[in-house]
Amino acid sequence: MTAVAEKATSPRLLSAEMPSGRTTGWWGMVLFVTTEATIFAALLGSYFYIRFQSGPQWPPPPLEDPKLTKVIIMTALLLPSSVPVMWAERGIRKGQRWRLRAGLTITLVLGLAFLGMQAWEYSEDLKKHTLTTDAYSSLFYTTTSLHGFHVAVGLLMVGWLLAASLRGSFGYRRHERVRLTAIYWHFVDVVWVAIFLCLYLSPRL
Amino acid sequence: MRRDPSRRGIRTPWRLAAVGCMLTLGGCAHHQQSTLQASGDGAQRVEGLWWLMFWIAMAVFAEVMLLLGWALWWRRRPRAKIRGGDAIGGIAVLGVVVPFAVLVTVYGLGLRDLNALAAPRQDPAVTVDVIGHQWWWEVRYAHPAGAVTANELHIPVGEPVRVRLRTADVQHSFWVPQLMPKTDLIAGKVNQTWLRTATPGQYRAQCAEYCGKQHAFMALMVVAEPRAEFDTWVAATARPATTTLTAAQQRGREVFERSSCASCHTVQGTTATGSVGPDLSTIGSRWSIGAGAAPNDAGHLGGWIVNSQTIKPGNAMPPQPVSAQDLPDLLSYLQSLK
Amino acid sequence: MSVDTEEQSRSASRDEALAELEKNWGERPSLRSWFSTVDHKRIGRRYMVTAGVFFILAGTDAMILRTQLARPNATVLSPEAYDQLFTMHGTAMIFLFSTPMFFGFGNFLVPLLIGARDMAFPRLNAFGYWVFVFSGTVMFTSQLVGRAPDGGWFGYVPLTDTPYSTGVNLDVYSLGLLFLGVSTTAGAINFIVTVVKMRAPGMSLNRLPLFVWAIVGTSFMVIFALPALNLANAMLFLDRRFGAHFFDPGHGGSTLLWQHLFWIFGHPDVYIIVMPALGIVSAVLPAFCRRGVVAYPLMVLAIVTISIISFGVWVHHMFATGLPQLSYSFFSAASTLITIPSGIQIFAWLFTMLRGRIVVRTPFLFIVGFIVTFVLGGFTGVMFAITAFDQQVTDSYFVVAHFHYVLFGGAVFPMLAGIYFWLPKFTGRMYAEKLSRWAFWLVFVGFNTTFMPMHVSGLLGMPRRIYTYPGGLGWDIWNLISTIGAYILAVGLLLVLIGVVHAVRRGAPAPDDPWQGDTLEWGTSSPPRPYNFAAVPQVHSLHPMWDERTTRALATDEPLPSHRAMTTSELDGRQEGAIEMPEESLLPLAAAVGILVVVLGLLWAWYWTGWYWLAGAGALLIFGALARWLWPPERTPEEAGVAP
Repeated sequence: MTAVAEKATSPRLLSAEMPSGRTTGWWGMVLFVTTEATIFAALLGSYFYIRFQSGPQWPPPPLEDPKLTKVIIMTALLLPSSVPVMWAERGIRKGQRWRLRAGLTITLVLGLAFLGMQAWEYSEDLKKHTLTTDAYSSLFYTTTSLHGFHVAVGLLMVGWLLAASLRGSFGYRRHERVRLTAIYWHFVDVVWVAIFLCLYLSPRL
Repeated sequence: MRRDPSRRGIRTPWRLAAVGCMLTLGGCAHHQQSTLQASGDGAQRVEGLWWLMFWIAMAVFAEVMLLLGWALWWRRRPRAKIRGGDAIGGIAVLGVVVPFAVLVTVYGLGLRDLNALAAPRQDPAVTVDVIGHQWWWEVRYAHPAGAVTANELHIPVGEPVRVRLRTADVQHSFWVPQLMPKTDLIAGKVNQTWLRTATPGQYRAQCAEYCGKQHAFMALMVVAEPRAEFDTWVAATARPATTTLTAAQQRGREVFERSSCASCHTVQGTTATGSVGPDLSTIGSRWSIGAGAAPNDAGHLGGWIVNSQTIKPGNAMPPQPVSAQDLPDLLSYLQSLK
Repeated sequence: MSVDTEEQSRSASRDEALAELEKNWGERPSLRSWFSTVDHKRIGRRYMVTAGVFFILAGTDAMILRTQLARPNATVLSPEAYDQLFTMHGTAMIFLFSTPMFFGFGNFLVPLLIGARDMAFPRLNAFGYWVFVFSGTVMFTSQLVGRAPDGGWFGYVPLTDTPYSTGVNLDVYSLGLLFLGVSTTAGAINFIVTVVKMRAPGMSLNRLPLFVWAIVGTSFMVIFALPALNLANAMLFLDRRFGAHFFDPGHGGSTLLWQHLFWIFGHPDVYIIVMPALGIVSAVLPAFCRRGVVAYPLMVLAIVTISIISFGVWVHHMFATGLPQLSYSFFSAASTLITIPSGIQIFAWLFTMLRGRIVVRTPFLFIVGFIVTFVLGGFTGVMFAITAFDQQVTDSYFVVAHFHYVLFGGAVFPMLAGIYFWLPKFTGRMYAEKLSRWAFWLVFVGFNTTFMPMHVSGLLGMPRRIYTYPGGLGWDIWNLISTIGAYILAVGLLLVLIGVVHAVRRGAPAPDDPWQGDTLEWGTSSPPRPYNFAAVPQVHSLHPMWDERTTRALATDEPLPSHRAMTTSELDGRQEGAIEMPEESLLPLAAAVGILVVVLGLLWAWYWTGWYWLAGAGALLIFGALARWLWPPERTPEEAGVAP
């Protein structure tokens, strides 16, 4: 970079096409994800707080441990969905728009499948207990549906990116929004792992 | 070490006179609720702690004011020479080392007092359940069963008393400033505290956690009395009133049992067994009505029955349609319940 | 000769460049621009004015409360009215006044102090303001119609939950605070990113003004603390409206869960309020002591330490709830220790005075008032860290006295100092010195007369949040004195208001640098032009305006044209590039209106569930506005960069 050597206030520097370093958008998204993660941390903290206040049986009888089959399939859908996003981001950094479009489409499909599975799982859970059954159920539904909402928001972002990419807004010079969406999507993924461990696996320990 | 008066023959005339005096003064609305006139073991410790911290605070405040005054006095001269440097040494000593030493000392003393507050030195013989309601206190003695009263807590002098705290609705806080710091009454939880005082007397207490409209009038009178008097009181409270009723009082009792009173209140030995409002078995002898909302005399009691909402707006008791003939009888009956 | 012509052509090209800047950055005064502005200075001033209005409203609440309490058994207020007033007083002072007021200071000053042209996200900034003003209006409107929250600012369950709280009051609280939380979070993120990326070249972190450090510390606390409050309020709303059982012990819930979540937020929030105020003290002192604040590294360390420890002390608000002794001793220790960083700051300011040459002007007087009151509040603060003593006086008037010493003494005094100090920069006018001194003395005397007696009434056993009290308990006289003090204080604050209005209308035009201040905001005009600095400032030291290299460059450097701002590296402020700043836009307002519609829909659904559809419509509006807001411009393959 010759720009660094130039005088600080040179107008030429300010029209530099490729700013170095992290962008303001990157910082904004990371901080946003941090505060969002804190909400989930507080929610899972509340879950364990209620759990340790409660009797020896968890979930409280007559409820049973949450069923795992569907949830494992859901995990198997959501976790790998980060890979095509990464692949798409790498692609657009090289200016390969087809990779961006293909990667985003795969993520969109996987995410939608996850939400579909969650709806299916809910339809069976709701026969056994609802938000109003007890504190455990309130926490269970609030946590999972808050995450589901985040997946939906993530999908909106991915779909929106896809639409913008079809119009041709991104390339190796301009792709920051792809990077930011990818951060958000990875976050949604990681939160799911935490929820899976706490809500589904930990009652079996 | 304070001496334990229960070991000293409490029936001395002096002591009785003192108690009498206290009670008379109490009647003249001279109840104190001051943490600075501590009488209980717990409150006395904290009072000591307060004065210690107060004087430390004053000393540090003087130090800060001295520095500030010095700066304002000396550094305002137009010729004052601006000095460089960071004064790290001064800040380290005055801002870190000295405060740290003071804080560690205070923390240690505080911890000692916290330990002392945790449990009395001897195991309590008397246990009372205090149950918070919006906006009154239900008081139930473990022994003898049936010793139930409201807004009044009798304890024997010189002995620790265990108090178990529950709430029937929202959160309240049990605070007898002259005897013991607070403990909250928390839904779904039983908390414990204890009281002990060496001095007979009446100690006013008041709910200390905001609990709704009438949080201001949720007072409780703690009456510390010699063991024998306490025993007499608790035994009397545990059984139905024994006084023979006059004809008017008899009529009043019938009104009580037949009207809506009985569906919310209990009077022992009658068909009134309601549990919404306070047990009225000893209403005639209580220090107030409505948990400190009004003095306990015929006028206020009548007003309370007819429409308590004017005295304590928002309380659970609706206005009572008691006829003008029935009211004096009812009052007379209620006042006979001691 | 040739030097002269060169000089002339230089100045001509400078004028040309300034005109271009003016064209690029100026927002033409029109109704549309009033709603679409993204200028951090306009938004900052709006924050301050709006927060000031909320302060007057919440202060009026307090005056009515004090009037009721002047005598025993008074009937100025019904219990219901009293409960709504004290709840709104606390809630508004904490959420709608203190934090937004400091966000206003931050908004106006942070970009100027770091030599930037605007915040990192100007539109997000505008959005945050609109959300703030809407949520505040919703909450105060509820008071107008007699449906204000009445569960205390701390909203303890079960009192605030069904069946003990019926009506819409507590929904106003939970939804209003959730709504406001959006604004506060957006503001906090914006501050951090602005400071991290937008500093003037050369302003490495060790040259960052202490006020900016304080804003960054505050913002980090917001990011980690606010989620707990938001979660608690969401749970409360679900409990109340949709029959969830988070706080219902009858169904496995826990009322203490609310208290934990609330205070995990609530204690850091005390520092969220006080820390920017401490930052103002550090910013004001150098101008009146003619030297920088001593021990800069220690001051920064203190700010960082407080930000962290503040998350480990929340249980001291729950010392009477019957938790295990062990946890009490831990939280007691942490609460005791957190006073040390505050002590360091106090002594650093004292030593700054002792090593400088003091010029006494009104801002300085308020700093002195701050030190006196804040130190007293600090002492009672340490006392509250000692569990045994806390259990005795918590929830009495002693604690009311304590936190007013901390929050009024610790936050409002510096705020007033800041208002007088930066008024020239905010408005371009000077205040009247004599009037402002009267204001100071009345505020100082009124404040102490109001709150000092509350220590006594608390020690005499008077619980807080009672709408009246019987006579004869020894409280009467102290309450009367408090009320008289409150009126004196109100007169003093009124004089502050008159002083500000007078300055704006009739004040003498302010010079660019009336105090010979040390930071960059004094290097631009009063009030600053829309682009803040024509040339990008060069920072070489902690006190750039006392540094000739910076001032000379500011005056002579070539102006930087176009609608761009510079970004620099996170730690050492090395220049990295420039970003195009967004133009003014109505979209932030539209998105904020969307949230407002959601909140109103959810609130009114209390009366008729059909309103839930309105909430849905609001959500669509938010979505539409955001999608439009973030939609990237169409680019040619060349611009975007496509692989050949």
